[in-house]
Amino acid sequence: MELSFERRADVIVLKPLGRIDHEAAATFNAALAPYLENCKTGGDRLLFDLSALDYISSAGLRVLMVATKRTKPVGGEIAVAAPHSVVREVLEITRFNLVFPVYATVADGLQALSPGSQLSA
Amino acid sequence: MRARFWGTRGSLPVSLTATQVARKIGHALLAAQGRQYATLEEAQAFALTLPFHLAQTYGGHSSCVELELTPPSQHSHEYVLCDLGSGVRPFGNAVLAQHGAQTPNIFHVFMSHVHWDHIMGFPLFAPAYIPGNQIRIYGCHADLEAAFRRQHGTPSFPVEFDQLGARIEFITLTADRCHTIAGLQVTPLRQLHVGDSYGYRFETQQHTLVYSTDSEHKLDEPKITERFVDFFRAADLVIFDAMYSFAEAVSVKEDWGHSSNVTGVELCQMAGARHLALFHHEPMFDDTRIASVEAETRRFEEISRNGRPPLKVTTAYDGLEIDLAAR
Repeated sequence: MELSFERRADVIVLKPLGRIDHEAAATFNAALAPYLENCKTGGDRLLFDLSALDYISSAGLRVLMVATKRTKPVGGEIAVAAPHSVVREVLEITRFNLVFPVYATVADGLQALSPGSQLSA
Repeated sequence: MRARFWGTRGSLPVSLTATQVARKIGHALLAAQGRQYATLEEAQAFALTLPFHLAQTYGGHSSCVELELTPPSQHSHEYVLCDLGSGVRPFGNAVLAQHGAQTPNIFHVFMSHVHWDHIMGFPLFAPAYIPGNQIRIYGCHADLEAAFRRQHGTPSFPVEFDQLGARIEFITLTADRCHTIAGLQVTPLRQLHVGDSYGYRFETQQHTLVYSTDSEHKLDEPKITERFVDFFRAADLVIFDAMYSFAEAVSVKEDWGHSSNVTGVELCQMAGARHLALFHHEPMFDDTRIASVEAETRRFEEISRNGRPPLKVTTAYDGLEIDLAAR
């Protein structure tokens, strides 16, 4: 599991690569931690680009849930975008599609989180 | 070994409403497309070809599962049960139908815990009123007997506990230790639930069955996860609390003491279990919703299999019997 990073204005686009299963969840959690610090009112929004994610287990989803619980009370926003069909099914079966917004494309997610973010690379 | 489900609903018994029954009949009539059936048996045979949730029901009794090692005859028999939810009432009536009231029987009951939905059937368990019967109630809670006595008698019930005719014993088991009871090797394991609950691993030379209800699994501490994986290891059947969706279990209903279908699949896959029975259904769910959860769970098992042998997924319902396959 790798996690790449790209800033688009006040949105940080995080792109996990490969599988986030029970073994990789701790790595994912550690890689994500620095980005949560400034995910708050007036700070960064987080958009997960899931287009390169092959699979996510409950342990990986739990990491996203913990991130949501940590950032939401301080005004942080988290969304996911571009899951391929299997990951989208996992999100639906687990009902995680009700936990945070799921956008069809990264562009849709950027537009929703921060309309100005698509203009500035 | 055979598992027979007498009660599969979580928290509170439920029943079909008149509207829900009428809807099922409507679906069946539409599916029949005007065909004629000469007998009730023919019509019923057709109904059984329809999707389960349309023509039948998952039922509404609270937790009670029978483990059958040998089928009962007319003679005295040793029965093995898990929990005494409202499902034990039809079980008791079936025992009386099998033996009549004169044949003394022994009932070994393993209690996950003593929350009300797991003990509420006992005051209406007919064999408890019949002298000659023996009821041995096993559990790991110190207040096991007190919980049963408290729901009998004034002001909750018209019959005092001490008026029951059967000989009733309460036997405290030690968790993590293997006990030999009624021809079974029985190992309890403490589970995460308000006031604690205990799962049971039942083993014979041929089969292993795990009964694990009212158990929350956080899966965030590898050591604890590994304990449950070992507990479920290579089981022929795991009866599992799948009351919530995974998102509910880790958010709004975190620490409510229940688990999800997704967690059940993952634990069984890690343990190499053969068959998962979804159990302790959410009382708010109707048959259509439960069938939908079953379909999603089977799909999740396919998605997450990752080269492992397939895990069979079944939704438990009141009246279901599962014969554990020979190894």
